[in-house]
Amino acid sequence: MIRTIGRGAVAAIESAGRWGYFIADLGRAAADVGTWSRLLVGQMRRIGVDSLPVAVFIAAFTGIVLALQASYTFTGTVPLYFVGTLVGKTMMLELGPVLTGLALAGRVGATMAAELGTMKVTEQVDALETLAYNPLSYLVLPRVLAATMMFPVIVALSMLIGVCTGWLTSLVLLHLSTPDFIKGLKLFYVFKDTWFGLFKSATFGCTIALVSCRVGLATYGGAEGVGRSTTHAVVYSAVLILLLDAFWAVVLL
Amino acid sequence: MIEFRDLQKSFGRKPVLSGVTLTVKDGETMVIIGYSGTGKSVALKHVVGLLHPDAGDVIVDGRAVSTLDRAGLTALRRDIGYVFQFAALFDSLTVAENVALGLRRRNLDDDEIAERVREALALVDLTGSDERLPAELSGGMRKRVGIARAIALRPKYLLYDEPTTGLDPVTSAVMDGLMVRAREHLGVTGVVVTHDLRSAYAVGDRIAMLYEGRIRQVATVQEIQETEDPVVRQFIEGRAA
Repeated sequence: MIRTIGRGAVAAIESAGRWGYFIADLGRAAADVGTWSRLLVGQMRRIGVDSLPVAVFIAAFTGIVLALQASYTFTGTVPLYFVGTLVGKTMMLELGPVLTGLALAGRVGATMAAELGTMKVTEQVDALETLAYNPLSYLVLPRVLAATMMFPVIVALSMLIGVCTGWLTSLVLLHLSTPDFIKGLKLFYVFKDTWFGLFKSATFGCTIALVSCRVGLATYGGAEGVGRSTTHAVVYSAVLILLLDAFWAVVLL
Repeated sequence: MIEFRDLQKSFGRKPVLSGVTLTVKDGETMVIIGYSGTGKSVALKHVVGLLHPDAGDVIVDGRAVSTLDRAGLTALRRDIGYVFQFAALFDSLTVAENVALGLRRRNLDDDEIAERVREALALVDLTGSDERLPAELSGGMRKRVGIARAIALRPKYLLYDEPTTGLDPVTSAVMDGLMVRAREHLGVTGVVVTHDLRSAYAVGDRIAMLYEGRIRQVATVQEIQETEDPVVRQFIEGRAA
């Protein structure tokens, strides 16, 4: 029992140490601007533009469901224009960033881990080293920076789409007028609702990319190892998103 | 000059290299032979700092590889071309981009890079394949691109990890010819890791046999062919026992 706990503690400390080294090495790799800056735009396009369909799809249906559920909950007790309040607040503070983050943890995180994992087991990462490149500045930094910058953009669009579909649902199915929806939307709105959601999403993007790249570069054991890394990247990213979500709620709200 | 000095490496509890000592003189091609899994590739990876030794070291032109920081390793790697067992080409880049990647790191202008890529691809008989992706190439062609990528850097040393493994005899002979041609063209010092004896005899000046984590014998091709050492004899004759 004690031995098991001891082993677990040692493993946790070793893992923390490896993460510390990884972050420190990444910081040093940032000085190699010539390498990562050339690759940044391509990664921004892959992470940002290519993720838009998934994000838009999720946001559109979330907005519809939020409006309908709000109406169902409020009927007879709360004025219906509060539907706008609930849709706006929820999309900006929580569902926009978190649902998009979880979806992209699957899409972006899995892609990064599988890509880097395959490169690791096929010696492409070693090949980069022998060509005098630092894999952290060539592979990791462009992905981490692109995810950190593009997640807020994707989430901003998700918020907008969610609010728009919530409004259209209210208009068509709940027979709520546009001025009433906007009245509800503006009722308790503060600018913090927006920046909080966007800031949170930037931290989600950074975390997903860091975890997925780290897990991908630690891959061993061929195709099975790549599969294992991909699964780990998605699971760790999803768990960390939820933990970060709670953390920022406690710290910033 | 590359010197392996009492190089030791274990993975977990399994010792792979138990004190490899070997000197590769400037201008020669040293072939390291040995059974599969005896640590030939592991030894080679220590030369470019891809692996860190448990003890001992590899000395390249007076530089102890294990003591180098990243800047030192980067400088060392500029002198060394490495040809990987399965080529390790970047899937998303074309043949020309693969060959050019290492050159871009050297801040050469685009014309110089294009010229070097053309020259390297011509040397491995792949002129006209510039825009093809690695997935569109055969195993032999991929290995040739790997060689082109290494020689385009005009390195002082060329390291080949199992260059003929998985190839048919004719393609293997082509690869041997390319290695000889690369050496004559560039005047490089070479280290070739292989268990393909025909290839070893064709490209090597000297042959070293790695056995149970140590160098069992180092000798010229002719001396190896005439050796009385029972372990080396058994290996080169391909006897099961």
